[in-house]
Formats: sequence, C-alpha cells, structure tokens
Amino acid sequence: MNLNAIKYCLRQGVVSLRRNFWLALVTAGMIAVSLAILGGFLLVALNVGQILHGIASNVEISVFLRDDADPEQIRTRLTGIDGVREYTFVPREQGLADFGRALGDSALFVDLAGETNPLPDMFRVRAGDSALVETMAEEIRAFPGVEFVDYGKELVARLLGITRWLNALFLVVSSLLAASAVFLIVTIIRLSVMARQEEISVMKYLGASNLFIRAPFFLEGMVMGWAGALAAVVALGAAYHRLAFSLQREALIFFLQPVTDPEKLWPVFAGLLVLGTVMGGFGSLVSVRRFLRD
Amino acid sequence: MIELRKLTKNYGSNSEPAVADVSMQIERGEFVFLVGPSGAGKSTLLKLIFCEQQPTSGRLYFLGRDTARFRTGELLKHRRRIGMVFQDFRLLKQKTVFENVAFALEVIGRSTREIRMKVPAELAEVGLTGKASAFPGEVSGGEQQRVGIARAIVKDPLLILADEPTGNVDRDNSRQLMGLFEKISLGGTTVIIATHAWDTVDRMRKRVLAMEKGCLVRDEQRGGYSHES
Repeated sequence: MNLNAIKYCLRQGVVSLRRNFWLALVTAGMIAVSLAILGGFLLVALNVGQILHGIASNVEISVFLRDDADPEQIRTRLTGIDGVREYTFVPREQGLADFGRALGDSALFVDLAGETNPLPDMFRVRAGDSALVETMAEEIRAFPGVEFVDYGKELVARLLGITRWLNALFLVVSSLLAASAVFLIVTIIRLSVMARQEEISVMKYLGASNLFIRAPFFLEGMVMGWAGALAAVVALGAAYHRLAFSLQREALIFFLQPVTDPEKLWPVFAGLLVLGTVMGGFGSLVSVRRFLRD
Repeated sequence: MIELRKLTKNYGSNSEPAVADVSMQIERGEFVFLVGPSGAGKSTLLKLIFCEQQPTSGRLYFLGRDTARFRTGELLKHRRRIGMVFQDFRLLKQKTVFENVAFALEVIGRSTREIRMKVPAELAEVGLTGKASAFPGEVSGGEQQRVGIARAIVKDPLLILADEPTGNVDRDNSRQLMGLFEKISLGGTTVIIATHAWDTVDRMRKRVLAMEKGCLVRDEQRGGYSHES
C-alpha cells in the first residue's frame, strides 16, 4: 500500500463511521453491554477474592506458653519462620483483661489477677497466607516452652476449600463470559460488515488489494470496539464508585470492605478497554475475510 | 490480447459445464458482443477473463501470460487493467456520483490531485457534467450506468467487460450507452459486451461470439444477434 492508499484508508475509516453512524452506535452499544457484564462479574470476583483474603489473613494462631518458657526465645524463633506476617506477645495479665473485655465485664476477673491468674503468657501469630497456617502451627507447637497452639483448624480448612472452589468457578465463568463477549463482538461486527457486503464486492471488482479492503474495516472495528469498551468502563466505573463508597460507609467489619485500591481496579478497566478495542479490530478482520476469498 | 484454449468451467462434478471447451482469440482494441440465451455461459466467461473464477480445465492467456499462474500481485494488476460494467450498475448508494468514480482510483492508491483532474474529465466524457454531487438514487437508470462506465474507464483500462449493461435502461439510453462503448473502443480499449439486446447487436455489426450451453457455437466478424440476422 502506498502513502495515498494509507491516507485513503484512514480517511475512509472516519467517513464510513460518520456515514454509518447509527449502525456504528448500535454496534458500540452492544459491545458496551457485553463488556459491562464481563467487567461487572470481574469486579464481583475481585471483591469476593479480597473478602476471602481478608478472612484468611486474619486467621490467628494462639500460641500458649509454659510457665517456665522464655518469651524472648520464642520471639526470636517466630521471627525466623517464613510466612509469619505479624505476631504480638500477650502477657498473662493482658490476656486476662482481654478475656474479661471479650465477655463484656472487665471487672469479672479482678480477683484472678496476680498469682491466681490461670492464663499463661501467649503469642498471637498471623500468617500471610491461610494455606500456611497448618504447617506453621505444627512448627510452632514443636518449639520448646510452647504448651499448645490453637488456630481454628476447621475454619482454615473450610476457607481453603471455599477459596479453591470459588477461584475455579470465577475462572470458568469469567472465561465463558469473555468468550461470549468475544463471540458477540465478532458477530455484531460481522453484521455491520455484511451490511456493507456490496461495497466490498465493488472494491474487489475495482482491483483493490485485500489489505486495502480490510484496513478501513479494521480501523472502524477498533474504533467501535474502543468506543463500546470506553462506554462500558465509564458506566461500570461510575456505578462501582457509587456502590463501593456507600458500602464502605456502611460495612462494619473491616474485611467486608469493597476494593477501592486503584492498583487493583485499573487492570480490570484497562483489560476491558484492550479487549474491546482488539476484539473490534479482530472481529472486523474475521468478518471481512469471508468476502475476500479468491 | 486474450486467448482461450479449450477453456472449461464446471461448478459441480455432476452438473453441465457452464463453459465447455471454448477456444478463441480477441485482439487489442476489438469490440466484441457475447450473445446467447440465459445460462449459456456468457457471465461465467467474463468472470473467467476477470479471474474472479478459475477454469476447471484449459488455459486462458492475457497479454501472453497464463492467468492460472498469476500470483496475488499479478492478479491485482490484471484486475486493475480491466474495467467492469454491470447490469445492476453496482454503484455505492452512500457515495455521490463523483465519489463513485473517484473510488476506482482511490482503491488503487492514486493521488488526490490525479483524482481531482481525472474524475471531472471522465464525467464530462460520459455526459454527466453537473451531476457530480448527486447520489445514485437521484439520477436515472441510464445516468447510473454512465457513472458505471465512467468508473470503469477512469483508470484507463486495457479491457472493458460489460455484463448486460443495457439490461436495466430504456431503448434511447441503450443506444447512447452503446455509442459510449464504441467511442471507448475507438480509443484503443478492447470492449467485450455480454448482451441480450439483439437489435443493438444487429444494428452495430461488430464481432459476435454466440454461446449455447457453455459452448462457443458461432464466431462471426460483423455478425448479427442470430445466425439468420
């Protein structure tokens, strides 16, 4: 293609979009709807993932010490374990006070303070990953000076199961949604290309190269895909912003907070934009191809 | 310029061939009528010459080159040397008369300057000065076919292939359009017209190739539509 042809293709892409404005608008609208459904699902998946991660990362291992244990020694050994996110030492007096507060009566155990305090010193340990909790607990249990450890074994196992199941579900459903969005985009673009079948056949009779015929359609497809994706991103972004901030105000438990971190959100929105644009162009190429045989 | 050697086109293994064992030659600048009943193979023969379809057997030479051996680039070059004219005009409704003619130059990458110079000249040639900004739906059938002819000749083709070009126009327009084709032929361009317009063929007395059931049954210089005419 020479420079005149490239200039023509660019101009033709713009002119054609203007002349087929309503068809292009409907196409972009349909792309927007299909991408908004996919994007909405991805945001739900992202939030569920965060909630599960929140729960999992708050699973606590309570490490109860023997009376003769040296807390400093345990502290040193805890520091050496991979995967420990944080730990706090709870002296037996504070443990008793916390217990009293948890039962709703801080004065309840006043008599038990001092030498009669039945609680041992303890460490509260948090793992960075809930999958590590069990092995970590076993490792800590073997430390000299550790009486026993408790970490809600059943909860962790259940949480891991749910996380694995949800991850698989999200992968399958988002793949299906992405595939159906791609199929829908290609079909919509194909319809818009079919509406201009005659133009393609005339171009062939006039001796246009296949590349020359494809280029304006490719450009148009990309613009329609991008416009549709942009509409989906704007609508989804606005709806999510509203919903997330109202949830943020009302959610009492911190791990039920919606995802608001831009670092986590932008890949979803950028992905939708890229998917829409690429699929628009790809859909056009596939659709035009069937008219270019021979 | 064009040489056919035992050219055959079969659309299905069990069907009768659309073009059967046709051999002939057409020289540069010739004006040829291709006549015969519907389904005789006229349109298929034009498509084979344009290389829109490939023959089942036989050879087709264009300017001494075997068209079956054309690579993609050569095929494009071949098609750019041919101007096609259709019964249904095949104009793009959303483009103006000027844009339809310009389209033929744009798709082969000609410059805007050349387009601005050539298109008005060709429109004047076919008698459409003043209709440049009209859309196809706003002009008569005869005028639409003139646009089709202007679009075919604007790229200075070596050959014009016209498939029933007067099929959708009245008698007067038909006569004028044939006059245009004759003028084009006198300029050195080869013209092949597939037609049912027996009166035009009888009146113009050009070379006639008659087809029946895919076979070439008559090749006559200064011939009539039928053997007797």
